[in-house]
Amino acid sequence: MNSPVSPPVIEVQDLCKRFGAVAAVDGIDFQVARGSITALLGGNGAGKTTTIAMLLGLLLPSRGSIRVLGEDMLRHRYRVLGRLNFTSPYVDLPGRLSVAENLNVYGRLYGVPGRHQRIAELAEELDFTHLLERAYRTLSAGQKTRVAIAKALLNRPEVLFLDEPTASLDPDTADRMRRYLLDYRRRHDTTLFMASHNMAEVERMCDQVILMRAGRIVDQGSPRELIDRYGQADLEAVFLTVARNGAEAARA
Amino acid sequence: MPDAIAASLNRILAMLIRYTFLLRNSWPRVIELAYWPTMQMILWGFINRFLVQQSAWLAQAAGLFISAVLLWDVLFRGQLGVSIVFFEEMYSRNLGHLFVSPLRPWELIVSLLTISLIRTVIGVGAAALLAIVFYQYSIFDMGLPLLAFFSNLLVMSWAIGLMVIAIVLRYGLGAEGLAWAVIFAVAPVSGIYYPVSTLPDWLQPVAWSLPSSHVFEGMRQVLIDGHFDWALFRHAVALNAVYLVLGIATFLRVFHIARRKGLLLNAGD
Repeated sequence: MNSPVSPPVIEVQDLCKRFGAVAAVDGIDFQVARGSITALLGGNGAGKTTTIAMLLGLLLPSRGSIRVLGEDMLRHRYRVLGRLNFTSPYVDLPGRLSVAENLNVYGRLYGVPGRHQRIAELAEELDFTHLLERAYRTLSAGQKTRVAIAKALLNRPEVLFLDEPTASLDPDTADRMRRYLLDYRRRHDTTLFMASHNMAEVERMCDQVILMRAGRIVDQGSPRELIDRYGQADLEAVFLTVARNGAEAARA
Repeated sequence: MPDAIAASLNRILAMLIRYTFLLRNSWPRVIELAYWPTMQMILWGFINRFLVQQSAWLAQAAGLFISAVLLWDVLFRGQLGVSIVFFEEMYSRNLGHLFVSPLRPWELIVSLLTISLIRTVIGVGAAALLAIVFYQYSIFDMGLPLLAFFSNLLVMSWAIGLMVIAIVLRYGLGAEGLAWAVIFAVAPVSGIYYPVSTLPDWLQPVAWSLPSSHVFEGMRQVLIDGHFDWALFRHAVALNAVYLVLGIATFLRVFHIARRKGLLLNAGD
């Protein structure tokens, strides 16, 4: 991680998203340091995916401000979109195109120099060279996840958003994916911002955890800090106690 | 060329390549592009042949119905070329990826309109060539007026296509039937096979508010009287300018609504 004096890569202030009477995200503030791995942690409906969608500009907030890589995402998102990327189980790649065709199209969209070499390099690193000519729709869930990660890394993003990155993977593949992402972050100083339900994954990978409940941030800190603060054995126990009792009661 | 323009062109090219891959990977789709226009052309060719023997008026213009059906298919295929290709993005839940990339909405629009042109030329072009083989009738004999008619109908089809995809983006794939329904609603009042004067008086203003009516009236004047009516052409162009601006504005407005309502992330099957 970079020195703490470097400006935050992501700055969120008073971010709010309402769908009618429902506040999906309700006035959250946080910062993310360059080169760090931060996780949004929370149950279903906590507001994790909504928050990531707003950070990327796919969803307009009802209120608040978002700065990514120093740019106001509500006014100037196109200045930074080429320096970001993301993957999510809620979006997919065109199934009728082959893996190579899909990556080729996204390589062009991001203006990746040496596109074909970059695709070959990622296919090698993520072990799907043998799948390049296969139609994307014929891949297994795990293979699709690896291809989606490759798409997300095509442009060597400075900030990588990952929504449940290992959700559909078997334990072995998920473990290899985590190792790969950790190694990638170390080699490229990439900032990773993820939403996950997997507590062990978050505990192992992340420098900072943002705990969300019903659209609000109820606590944040490193996994170790949160475990100590709530007097629990691991992050899963922290999550369960906060989810069931609320942060205030759980800390008491 | 400034870097920003080059980058834009590269992104538009990326989308065109994506849509070309889609066609290349599915030969039934390529055949289908030409199949329906060809079937329509054959059917109307026989009707034309029969009616020419019965009517002195029609005998003046042997290829009237064949020209009409081919030009109608420009409108039909052009609109489907925009909407079906956009639906592919929704079927594959790809919009989230696309709009997190540097692709601007207007670049997507340009790529959709371009692929619509390509698909229409393939589909209607094949049928037009087959008309020469089957009926010894070449629509290309119309010369430059054909280009004027084709361009006007294509632009109108783009405008309708953009409005259709805006509605489907807003209300979901449940509304995709509109892609067919809207264009068939336009057909009876476009004067494709009969003059606008055939319509009841109260319906004629509706017909004249469509660029297509001016095109088909103009086509009849060229084929029957051998005269290109510039006034009809100017009206079609002016109406198309309004329609296209409305189509683009509707799509961009709905794109904004989609970002407000979170539809880009949830669009799909």
